[in-house]
Amino acid sequence: MSTITTEELAETTLLRFATAGSVDDGKSTLVGRLLHDSKSVLTDQLEAVERVSASRGQEAPDLALLTDGLRAEREQGITIDVAYRYFATPRRRFILADTPGHVQYTRNMVTGASTAELTVILVDARNGVVEQTRRHAAIAALLRVPHAVLAVNKMDLVGYEEKVFAAIAEEFTAYATELGVPEVTAIPISALVGDNVVEPSANMDWYGGPTVLEHLETVPVAHDLSHCHARLPVQYVIRPQGPDHPDYRGYAGQIAAGSFHVGESVTVLPSGRASKISGIDLLGEPVDVAWTTQSVTLLLEDDIDISRGDLIVPSKDAPATTQDIEATVCHVADAPLTVGHRVLLKHGTRTVKAIVKDIPSRLTLDDLSLHPHPGQLVANDIGRVKIRTAEPLPVDSYADSRRTGSFILIDPNDGQTLTAGMVGESFAAPEPVRDDSEDDGWDF
Amino acid sequence: MTTVATVSEETDSPYALSHLDALESEAVHIFREVAGEFERPVILFSGGKDSIVMLHLALKAFRPASVPFSLLHVDTGHNFPEVLDYRDRTVEKHGLRLHVASVQDYIDRGVLKERPDGTRNPLQTLPLTEKIQAEKFDAVFGGGRRDEEKARAKERVFSLRDEFSQWDPRRQRPELWNLYNGRHAPGEHVRVFPLSNWTELDVWQYIAREGIELPQIYYAHEREVFSRSGMWLTAGEWGGPKDGERVEKRLVRYRTVGDMSCTGAVDSDADTIEKVIVEIAASRLTERGATRADDKMSEAAMEDRKREGYF
Repeated sequence: MSTITTEELAETTLLRFATAGSVDDGKSTLVGRLLHDSKSVLTDQLEAVERVSASRGQEAPDLALLTDGLRAEREQGITIDVAYRYFATPRRRFILADTPGHVQYTRNMVTGASTAELTVILVDARNGVVEQTRRHAAIAALLRVPHAVLAVNKMDLVGYEEKVFAAIAEEFTAYATELGVPEVTAIPISALVGDNVVEPSANMDWYGGPTVLEHLETVPVAHDLSHCHARLPVQYVIRPQGPDHPDYRGYAGQIAAGSFHVGESVTVLPSGRASKISGIDLLGEPVDVAWTTQSVTLLLEDDIDISRGDLIVPSKDAPATTQDIEATVCHVADAPLTVGHRVLLKHGTRTVKAIVKDIPSRLTLDDLSLHPHPGQLVANDIGRVKIRTAEPLPVDSYADSRRTGSFILIDPNDGQTLTAGMVGESFAAPEPVRDDSEDDGWDF
Repeated sequence: MTTVATVSEETDSPYALSHLDALESEAVHIFREVAGEFERPVILFSGGKDSIVMLHLALKAFRPASVPFSLLHVDTGHNFPEVLDYRDRTVEKHGLRLHVASVQDYIDRGVLKERPDGTRNPLQTLPLTEKIQAEKFDAVFGGGRRDEEKARAKERVFSLRDEFSQWDPRRQRPELWNLYNGRHAPGEHVRVFPLSNWTELDVWQYIAREGIELPQIYYAHEREVFSRSGMWLTAGEWGGPKDGERVEKRLVRYRTVGDMSCTGAVDSDADTIEKVIVEIAASRLTERGATRADDKMSEAAMEDRKREGYF
C-alpha cells in the first residue's frame, strides 16, 4: 500500500472522457487495465471478480467483469448500456463514460460523447482502420469532442512493429482531420500486457509519446472564453420571501458558455428586454465575474419579467431567435421518428412544443454519404431534420456551443427521450447527396 | 521521429474549475432543474454523510432563499442515537419540514415481518414507496453515487420509477449533455441523484473544504462492539450480540450510516477530517465492501433491491 500525502489530495481538475471500440478490440480490457493499474480497483471488488471468474472456470480474473454491472449483462456476457466509471491520479480526476461496442452502439456512443472532452477510439493493430473505426471518428466529430485518442491495441500481436502503428496512425489522422476532429493523439498499446496504458512500454522504444494515462492527465481541459458567446439559461428565479431580503430577485442558472461580469449590458431572450448586471452571486457569495460552467445567480438593475426557460446573453452578442431549426440528430428511441411527428423540444431550460417538418437526409457513417428523404429515422440513425417550434428559441450553432446548440426531443405521450439534436451543419464539408435507392438499412 | 504523437505542453486554462467546483456546480444545476420542473420534490435524508452533503448543496443552490424541498427519513427503528439527534437539530436549524416513514410502524401493524437476522434494511422499501405515493412526491433526491456499486454505475441522474417505484435498467432514458428529462405520468416519480459523479473521496474532500458538521460516529471513538461476519457491530435491541459473540471496547469509526444491524464499524484512529481523508485515500476496500452486510448477500443484491424501489 502506498502512502498518500495530503498534498496529493489537493483539488485537481476533472476530465470527462468516453471510450469507443467494438467487441473484440479489447475495450473492456483497456478500461479494466486503466482502473487496475491506476489502483482504482479496490480489494473487495477484485476479489469478487476473481471469485466469479474462478466459478466460471476461467484461469485469470476477467477484468471485463469490473464493468458489467447488471444481472443480464453478466448472464449474457454483453454490455447493455453506458456506465460511468471513476478513477483518480494525483494529477487529475476522471469520469469515464464506458460505452458498449454493441448493436445499440450509436446512441450509446452519442450519449457518452455528449459530455466528453476526449474520446479514446480503439483499433486492433492487426486489422487497422475499419468501418467501425470510421463510425467512431465520425461520431466524435459530430459531437465535437475536442480531443481524440487513437489507441492502436494488440501491438504485441504484430511484433510491436513501428511501421504497422505508423500506417494506421497516418490513415486515421488524415480521416479524422478531414472530419474536423481538432486534435488526434495516436498511441500504440497492448491493453492485455499493459504496454503504454499506464506504464511506458519496454517493447516499443521507438515510441516517444505519452502513455494513455499520461495523455489523459495532461490534455488541457478546454475553456477558451475569448471565442465563446456568453449564455445563461435561466433555471429558477430565487425570491426569498423573508424580511432580510425583501427585494432580492435573482436568476439562477449554470453558465452554458463564456463569462459574465458585473456592469455588463445583457438582453433576455426570447423577449428581447435589456438590462445591466448589478450583481453576481456564486452560491451565496458575491463575485465580479463568473464563467462556464459555474452555477450562479444573476441580479439585474431593472425589474423585468424573466422566468425559467429564458436565456440571458450579452446585448452585443445575442443569437437570433427562430422557430425553424435545422439540425443533425441521432435518434435514440426504439420507436421511429417520422415527418409530422409532434414532439416536445428541450433546449437549455426551455421545453416547447414542436413538429418534425422534414427529414431531408440520413447519414451513413461508414462513408459519410447522405441518403435523401429516408421518410423516418429509426433507433441509432443519424440524419438531418427540420423542426418547427411553437415558440421562438434562441439557438446557437452546435459548432459554436455544445450546450446552447444542443437539444433533445421528447415524446409528449410517454415522456421518452426520442432524439439528440445538434443545431446547424454537422461537418465542415458535407458530402454531396447521393441518390441511392438500394439502401438496405445499415445496422450496427 | 514521425510516429510520435503531438503532446500538448499547454496547461489548463485559468478558467478550468477544480474537480470539487465542477462537481458542486453540476449538483447545484441538478437541484435547480428539479425545483424548476417538479411540483413536490423531497430529499431523502438519513443523517448520513451523503445526504448531509446533498442538503448542504441544496442550501447553497437557493441562497439567500430557503430550500424549496422537504426532507424524508426512512426510520428503520435501528438508528444510531447520535444520527437521530443530528437529523432533528438540522431540521430545526434550517426550518425544514421532515417526513418520516417508519419501519417499526409497519412491523407493529403486522404489515411487515421482522427478519430472523434482525436486519431491517430490506424492509425499508415498502414504507418508502408508500410514503412517496401517499405524499404524491414526484421527485425524490437520493444520495446514491455511481462509484458505490456496479449496478449503481448504470444509474441515470434522473431515473424514472413507475407507479410501483420499480427501476428497470433496460428501459432507462439516455441522458445527453446536461439536458435532463423529468417527464413523468401521474403516479410515477423520478429519483434524482445529484451526487452521481462524486466518489467517496470527493464527498470527504468536500466536507473538509466546506467545514460541514457530521455526526460524531464518522470519527474515531471508543465504542463497545462485537464481531459478526468480519464486521464490528454495535450492540442493540435489534438482536446482538448473540451467544458466543463477545463485546469488547475498540477504537472505531463508521464509513457509512445505516441500519445498526448491518452497518459495521472499522478499526480506525482517524479522529479528525484530515485523518479520515488520508485513511479513505489509502483504503483498499470500498465503503460498502467494508461495512455493509446486505450488499454481500448476492452478486446482484443492490440491483435486485433497486428494481423493487430501494434507493
